[in-house]
Amino acid sequence: MGKFFAVVLTIIALVSAVPIVRHTWWMPPDISTHGHAIDEQLTDTMAEAGFSFLAAQLLLAFFVWKFSERKDSGPIKSLPGGAKGLVIAALILVGTEMLALGVLGQKAWASVYFTPASPNALHVQAQAGQFAFYFRYPGADGKFGGLHPDKIDEGNQNYFGLDPANEVEARDDIVTGELAIPANREVLLLMHSKDVGHSFYVPELRMQQDFVPGLDLSVHFTATKVGRYEIVCTQLCGLGHYNMKAYLNVMAQDDFEKWLKQKASEQ
Amino acid sequence: MQEASAPQAQQGHHGPPEGFIRKYVFSLDHKVIGKQYYALALVAVFIGMILSWLMRYHLIYPNGKIFGLEFLSKVGAPGGVMTPEYYLSLMTMHGTLMVFFVLTNAPFAAFGNYFLPIQIGAEDMAFPRFNMMSFWVTFVAFLVLMTAFFIPDGPPISGWTAYAPLSAVGPDAGPGQGWGQNLWGISIALFCVGSLLGSLNFIATTLDLRAKGMTLMRMPLSTWAWFITACISLLAFAVLLPACLLLVLDRMAGTSFFIPAGLVVSDRLQAHAGGSPLLWQHLFWFFGHPEVYIAILPAMGIVSHILVNSIRRPLLSAKVIIYSMMSIGFLSYMVWGHHMFVSGMNPFSSLMFSFPTLTITIPATVMTLIWLGSLYGARIRFTSASLFALGFISMFVSGGVSGFFLAQPSIDIYLHATYFVVGHFHMVMGVAAIFAVFAGTYFWFPKMTGRMMSEGLGKVHFWITFVGTYCIFMPFHYLGLAGNVRRYSSFVDDFLLPLMPVHRFITIAALITGAAQFIFLYNLIYSRFRGKVAPVNPWEATSLEWTIPSPPPWNNFGDRHPIVYHDPHQYGVKGSLGDYVMQDSPEKIENES
Amino acid sequence: MTTSEKTAAVIRTSAEEAARSGIWVGIAAITMTFAAFTSAIIVREGTDTAWHHMTLPAVLYLNTLVLILSSITLELSRRPIAARIRGEQGAAGGSRSGVLWLAATLALGLVFLFGQYAAWRQLAAQGLFLATNPSSSFFYVLTAVHGVHLLGGLAALAYLVWKLSLRAPGLRRSTVEATAIYWHFMGGLWIYLLLVMRTRL
Repeated sequence: MGKFFAVVLTIIALVSAVPIVRHTWWMPPDISTHGHAIDEQLTDTMAEAGFSFLAAQLLLAFFVWKFSERKDSGPIKSLPGGAKGLVIAALILVGTEMLALGVLGQKAWASVYFTPASPNALHVQAQAGQFAFYFRYPGADGKFGGLHPDKIDEGNQNYFGLDPANEVEARDDIVTGELAIPANREVLLLMHSKDVGHSFYVPELRMQQDFVPGLDLSVHFTATKVGRYEIVCTQLCGLGHYNMKAYLNVMAQDDFEKWLKQKASEQ
Repeated sequence: MQEASAPQAQQGHHGPPEGFIRKYVFSLDHKVIGKQYYALALVAVFIGMILSWLMRYHLIYPNGKIFGLEFLSKVGAPGGVMTPEYYLSLMTMHGTLMVFFVLTNAPFAAFGNYFLPIQIGAEDMAFPRFNMMSFWVTFVAFLVLMTAFFIPDGPPISGWTAYAPLSAVGPDAGPGQGWGQNLWGISIALFCVGSLLGSLNFIATTLDLRAKGMTLMRMPLSTWAWFITACISLLAFAVLLPACLLLVLDRMAGTSFFIPAGLVVSDRLQAHAGGSPLLWQHLFWFFGHPEVYIAILPAMGIVSHILVNSIRRPLLSAKVIIYSMMSIGFLSYMVWGHHMFVSGMNPFSSLMFSFPTLTITIPATVMTLIWLGSLYGARIRFTSASLFALGFISMFVSGGVSGFFLAQPSIDIYLHATYFVVGHFHMVMGVAAIFAVFAGTYFWFPKMTGRMMSEGLGKVHFWITFVGTYCIFMPFHYLGLAGNVRRYSSFVDDFLLPLMPVHRFITIAALITGAAQFIFLYNLIYSRFRGKVAPVNPWEATSLEWTIPSPPPWNNFGDRHPIVYHDPHQYGVKGSLGDYVMQDSPEKIENES
Repeated sequence: MTTSEKTAAVIRTSAEEAARSGIWVGIAAITMTFAAFTSAIIVREGTDTAWHHMTLPAVLYLNTLVLILSSITLELSRRPIAARIRGEQGAAGGSRSGVLWLAATLALGLVFLFGQYAAWRQLAAQGLFLATNPSSSFFYVLTAVHGVHLLGGLAALAYLVWKLSLRAPGLRRSTVEATAIYWHFMGGLWIYLLLVMRTRL
């Protein structure tokens, strides 16, 4: 029984490691400027976690194999070093490891959250509501009109509750269903929720942030590769949560300007 | 001393129970209460498991007909095809049942109630009436929760975490957010009360009712775990209760604790103002994080207790295990923000929370190393109980290492709300903790019923479950790394479609592994009536529960007052009965530490 | 002493200790609950731009005095009651004053609750109800939850009064002690809540 346990456990441990080592199912390629720090952190952590996982499982398998009940009734052997040795080893090894991960990891976090957006970042507002994302560009005046929840009228495509009749700034605002941005230009995404909690997640962008009703949140990022990427909602928001998505369209600068002009004329 | 009249002596403790109701229904006997909790957990776990089958099936066949589902809910599954909202309802009930009614009940309330008094040499818990109340309040909480299945609007869809404002604004938020959510709030509030009464008992009993010679350090590790868990549980549930109260008030009395102004839900402007959705998250997770340690600590204690017996030698250091459990309990209160890294909370706070979260790795590693290190030089006996205990170690490691990733906010940016998280908590709670419950069942069934379970069936159950749960939950981590978002009722996004084969593999594994649990159920029921008669001490164990008959009399030790001479780790020594010495045996042991 | 007497004595003392531990454990839990409410107030007040401060009804201060008084009467009852309990285990003795002071405590407790109800009525007259604004919400919730816990204390006091009115009370010292500790805690908690409401609401 013990030997069987050891063999099965060893197979499970090794088989589990295969898809990790081979990246069978893995993160998509990073298209952001801050993402490489996150990816590095993940790879480092994977090495440590992977080592700990394999070491522990194989050690368990080995000990179970070796120390199944035997007929001898001699004195019980004890692990050299005893508990003290293990505690000290754990404190030092795990302690340093965790400290390292924590301290090194904060660089990636800081680059996302502790650096302010650059002054010439493109401002776009995202609104999440059951069950769609809408985006708003400030238009030629560079200013956003106010949001008036009582004026929201989805039937007439006034998703944001704008009041162009009474507000000058709202008149040139451009509202779209997809988030188009120019490549290699920083974007400041202002995040507003219309109803309940939602979240903005683009795996390729290495970006995830909740929309919290009542809070003015924002994230900033720079995308480096042209392409179309899915934005999905990751905060349970109701029955349509699984279907709530939009597209992030990263374009060359010229294409973006053409697109924006096109959208402005459609308002 | 003075005379003591017999009625006075029994004050606070009860006489032998008379009558069916007193013996089996409204019993003051901690053993009956423990069995009642176990039965409740058993019912809850099978319902929860069936819910998970329905969920897994729907994920791979979103338009598939499930035979009979339309009878459970005409609205939720017209023609037997599950709607997206009904998926979320089933998911919410699955989580709520499993976390509260299974993982808080089985390892802690069930086994703890049954064995804590016996393991410390007491006749019963300190407050038997409160103890009885604690079970029946929990039972009513269960009934209230289950009612949600049968109301027209159905169970809530906000998940077991019930984030506001989705959970707080009321029916406008969607189906299931009417009376279903109210029933959820009331049920969980009741559960908190039951839990508080239970913890009160565990703490007072451990502190004050220990037998002569039973010093704190001579208590078995399972008792230590139950005691520490009760301390955590007391403070955690005392915070969830007001949170649920405030949630119910927001829903039913128009207050705005969690709802800000200006929300337009289902085209209706909500008449609330100034509330904070993050407040709900803080209150909930302040409870929620300790809650998961409430689930795992008793499991660690039970496994340690069984392991010592199965390896026929003491652990390298029981004291270190005890101090590690204490530090885990203490640290568990400092980490709740790691559920909220990308929630909109101050990012500096996120960083602050990550350090204690990483630090918890240390006592957890220490415990794992002690368990592993104790195997060195051991003489392991393989029974169903010890297999599940060894399996626990493997599962705990697997579940724990994914924590390294989730503890870091920068990595959490990518992994938050993906199947990586779901894999993490299922491995530690849904597998490891449940393995401890299985181990405890196989180990203590002879004592509780006077009969042995079938070892053959137990081993079959173990092997299918061990391999099966790895097949189910390991792939969750791969899905998470690929960005597979959680709480989706089906996968329609472009980047998720290539992952469907993995989901199909998981569903098949889940159905097979789930089916194997019926072997356990059959074993449990059959052995209860037809199992081999059990001796007093079938496992040659040292702790006090093995000194009394199987099953024990109503007052545990009869008229005896046990006296304790040793700790429960005297294995591998030259005892009069074999390679062990029982705690209440006066015989001297060479080199006793 | 016979074995059963020894057993009885052991059970009695351990039950006494358990009652003492038990009440402190219960107090720890209740403290945590009000800590949660306190942090909810602080967070809410911090995030709300439109927080309306409310003036606490004057009757609350009267109620506070009543509750403090009730703690005094409770303490006054303890020595006669302890004597009464000791008395029945040996020489005869114990005056009736214990029960009277206890009854006074019970009465004052009821006065407090009625006073709290009066405070609610005063607020309602000003148009402040449970859902009117955040500070009124917290006022009603805090006073209600405290009141419910106080009711528990009243039930314990009533039980003691009833027991002591019997010829042979059969009461343990620890039961009286636990009730007293709980009652004083309710008073202390109320003063804390009053301060929080005064400074935050």
